[in-house]
Amino acid sequence: MKSLFSAKNKEVIVGPLSLNNPITVQVLGICSSLAVTAKLEPAIVMGMSVTIIVAISNVIISFMRNTIPVRIRIIVQLVVVATLVTVVSQFLKAFAYDVSVQLSVYVGLIITNCILMGRLEAFAMSNRPWESFLDGLGNGFGYALILVIVAFFRELLGSGSLLGFHVIPASVYESGYVNNGLMVMPPMALIILAIIIWAHRTKVKQLQDN
Amino acid sequence: MENLSSLFVKSIFVDNMIFAYFLGMCSFLAVSKNVKTAFGLGVAVTFVQVMTLPVNYLLENYVLKPNVLIDGVDLSFLSFIVFIAVIAGIVQLVEMVVEKFTPALYASLGIFLPLIAVNCAIMGGSLFMQQRNFTSISEASVFAVGSGLGFLVAIVGLAAIREKMAYSHVPAPLKGLGITFIVVGLMAMAFMCFSGLKV
Repeated sequence: MKSLFSAKNKEVIVGPLSLNNPITVQVLGICSSLAVTAKLEPAIVMGMSVTIIVAISNVIISFMRNTIPVRIRIIVQLVVVATLVTVVSQFLKAFAYDVSVQLSVYVGLIITNCILMGRLEAFAMSNRPWESFLDGLGNGFGYALILVIVAFFRELLGSGSLLGFHVIPASVYESGYVNNGLMVMPPMALIILAIIIWAHRTKVKQLQDN
Repeated sequence: MENLSSLFVKSIFVDNMIFAYFLGMCSFLAVSKNVKTAFGLGVAVTFVQVMTLPVNYLLENYVLKPNVLIDGVDLSFLSFIVFIAVIAGIVQLVEMVVEKFTPALYASLGIFLPLIAVNCAIMGGSLFMQQRNFTSISEASVFAVGSGLGFLVAIVGLAAIREKMAYSHVPAPLKGLGITFIVVGLMAMAFMCFSGLKV
């Protein structure tokens, strides 16, 4: 049991939250992270779906890593991922229909989410299943973390609500405050992400480009 | 005909893959350091888009939709797997052709050619085709050309700006990724001006 939670494994799961974050440092999976963050709820569902799919596909590919021929590995990986995404998509349609409508094509696009292929190529192909599972969880959480931060600001400033509940009191509106409509439009997602990267790199100096 | 030309212009400017839907951002950010490579990738994406979308349209309408292949059989849950298999196959083909005929372009595109298979813009194109229920294969093809060109316009524009930006003084924590996101955000705002465009 001790070896299951060694210092190295802890690093594998904690690293992606900050120092090795899939979005802000590895620049993977940007597409979906920007598109689903206008509201908090779809962002959370998306983060969870991606975490589950990365963790499971990492384990599956890690089990098969010695039997996959190198030349066709991308197609094998895509089929594994596509199958899992189909399962998750059907599950969402059955149990969370409203959210699956909001996420529209972006559930299907988890297949082409670079985080998945990136982690499968960089980690699962050369590591044992348990480490790969932790790596998948860590990267999924790192991804979900950024999604939730971006969605928090966009929903709060753009619609004045969180998870659909109005949190900005009516008296504030009466004194002249208005929601920033631009926040729910695509461009502000990019700019909020840029601000997060700015803050992150100001704090963690080793990530700065020369 | 009017419908097709309007769809074409809309898919380039209004529903731009990058600025309106953020599809294909990974390669968009990674390959936009100089205009020449960016142009190469843009052309490759447009080409693959034009090859895959009509094929996926035919598969969607003659194999996957309920009751089209065999009465009472609904295969639409297989669409993700079928689409991605078609895309991966065609990308493999394009890779071999590019390697054979233009080795220079092949060398400069490097890892990103096989990765077009996992480029969200391509998969996204097929999924939008499914979602919007295009009524004819010509609509699907026009949408493919338009969305590919939209990606090309966006990536060449960003590469040109980044080439100039190499000489400007950017605060250290914003250098690289941060400032690129801000530039893309500003470009996206500029592209918002096209919304409501009627042709």
